[in-house]
Amino acid sequence: MHAALTVFFKEVIENLRDRRTVLNALITGPLIGPILFALLLGVQLRQQIEQAEKPLPIPVIGVRNAPNLIAYLRAQGLVVKPPPQGGSAQVAVREQRTSLVLVIPKRFAKAWAKGEPAGVELVYDSSRRASATPLRRLREMLRQYASITAAQRMLVRGLSPTLARPVVVERRDQATAQSRSALVFSILPYFFVLTVFLGGMYLAIDTTAGERERQSLEPLLANPVARNTILAGKLMATTAFALVSLCLSILAFSLVGRFMPMQQLNIVLQLGPYFAAITLLLMLPLTVLLAALQTLVAAFAKSYREAQTYLSLLMIIPVIPSLLLAFMPLKAATWMYLVPLLGQQLGIMTLVRGDVLSPQSIAASLLGTSVTAALAWLATAWVYRSERLAISA
Amino acid sequence: MIEVKGLVKTFGTVQAVNGVTFRAADGEITGLLGPNGAGKTTTLRMLYTLMRPDAGSVHLDGIDAVAEPLAARLRLGVLPDARGLYKRLTARENITYFARLHGMTAERQKPRIDALLEILGMRDIADRRAEGFSQGQRVKVALARALVHDPKNLILDEPGNGLDVMATRALRDFLRVLRSEGRCVLFSSHIMQEVAALCDRVVVIAKGRVVAIGTPQELLERTASDTLEDAFVHLIGTDEGLAA
Repeated sequence: MHAALTVFFKEVIENLRDRRTVLNALITGPLIGPILFALLLGVQLRQQIEQAEKPLPIPVIGVRNAPNLIAYLRAQGLVVKPPPQGGSAQVAVREQRTSLVLVIPKRFAKAWAKGEPAGVELVYDSSRRASATPLRRLREMLRQYASITAAQRMLVRGLSPTLARPVVVERRDQATAQSRSALVFSILPYFFVLTVFLGGMYLAIDTTAGERERQSLEPLLANPVARNTILAGKLMATTAFALVSLCLSILAFSLVGRFMPMQQLNIVLQLGPYFAAITLLLMLPLTVLLAALQTLVAAFAKSYREAQTYLSLLMIIPVIPSLLLAFMPLKAATWMYLVPLLGQQLGIMTLVRGDVLSPQSIAASLLGTSVTAALAWLATAWVYRSERLAISA
Repeated sequence: MIEVKGLVKTFGTVQAVNGVTFRAADGEITGLLGPNGAGKTTTLRMLYTLMRPDAGSVHLDGIDAVAEPLAARLRLGVLPDARGLYKRLTARENITYFARLHGMTAERQKPRIDALLEILGMRDIADRRAEGFSQGQRVKVALARALVHDPKNLILDEPGNGLDVMATRALRDFLRVLRSEGRCVLFSSHIMQEVAALCDRVVVIAKGRVVAIGTPQELLERTASDTLEDAFVHLIGTDEGLAA
């Protein structure tokens, strides 16, 4: 068997026997994203349902001043609560005893009868978030009541209700259910990168700083095997763990997409075989790149602990393109695919939207990341050849 | 056979090894004796090609170890100062790993490893994970993996470190067996007794230089001393860093 494969199998077997590595690399790492996602979606789902269907309890002052209006509002889901104690809506809201009060003044009935604008008051505090949703719903109900009444009055006078609507705005949202989900899932690529990072991290440390700390690196290097070959075996093992972690993560996300009631949120998450295949392809050179970088950084550390600290700092780098794209929505250009991390981020987001990724984009991403990965590998090999590396004390 | 000529190694401004020359013959045990910090470990590290000498040459059975480190390592068994095992692998797996790295076929590995387990008296721990092994057990595994490819030359850096009396005796007996098989055994020590009990030839090293070479008897005569301890103190100029 080739020496690199010997090193590879030994590292894999040894690390599979380490409970901490298996737990972090193959369970926590790949599942943390999907679980977080399922929870977030669950919260969003509940909010949506509450907003749409839940009765709207609001204290009303002056119920008797507008019985028709109240009847309409009740039909729309309003639950009329008694006026706040003490009588003053302003004081009740200011003292935070209630977030929103509907006030129907005495003059309402008179104005209504004359056909003059009849005023109602909404008393609320806009600095309190709790008032936002009830306010929006109540205003919408009032607006509808007003426009229905307006139409009726014009019909009675023999006029067409359309007279009062000189401009009609119709909104035509071009978002499909899947592209809407892209907004929600723009963070998906980052989770994949994070998974790859966590999946490889423990091996990258164990095979360099860990091996030196255990004092087993010096005997290993006394074997008739070139250091590049040993490094190749170790990087292969690190990459393998990271890839397994990535596959588990993709699988878990597609399960979330299948079993969460996404339709209610008007979004679609379909991560089928095409998505999985292209994502794996895009991530493959990035996985090698990250493994090489992690090994490079860990090789400088004197101990396991030190390596862990360094690598935690390194973990910040993959966040950058995610943040960049979240706050400055860039229009994807082909050159961007050449940039490692950015290319994967753009590519996977395109796939999540349900679009097909062009062969040029795939090729650019593979090329850019592969070249960078090769450079990182060379740099790591260079560090590996130094004499200092092997000395334990 | 190990031949060393004019070996030099400098770390920054520190001259760790400064012109070391000696020869370790087949069928003999050669001891590299010197106080702590004399340059023993650095010298050995250059012999087993972990470090490149700044000047000088190392030949193993005629092979230039500086120019052809991989060929040299094939003929060399090494027990370095650092002798960590892989704790999550069994003793046998630890040894097998090194056998594979030496390119041994599966058919050659099995009988060789079984023989080593037998000679070193470690059959009872062969299939136990190395986690929790005693110091003596760890040295046995490290020795077995250093010898698994049946090397002609053996380099041991302070092999007696941390061993109890029984383990030390077993180690000495084992080194004598290796000598009787015609191998070239080179080990370093700062422990007088160990050197006196084992060595056919002693290379005394101090401050990166060889100060004397000879059989224990020759060293006694040359320094007109009654005991080896006196002879060493005489040669090194001080007894600092030596242990009886």
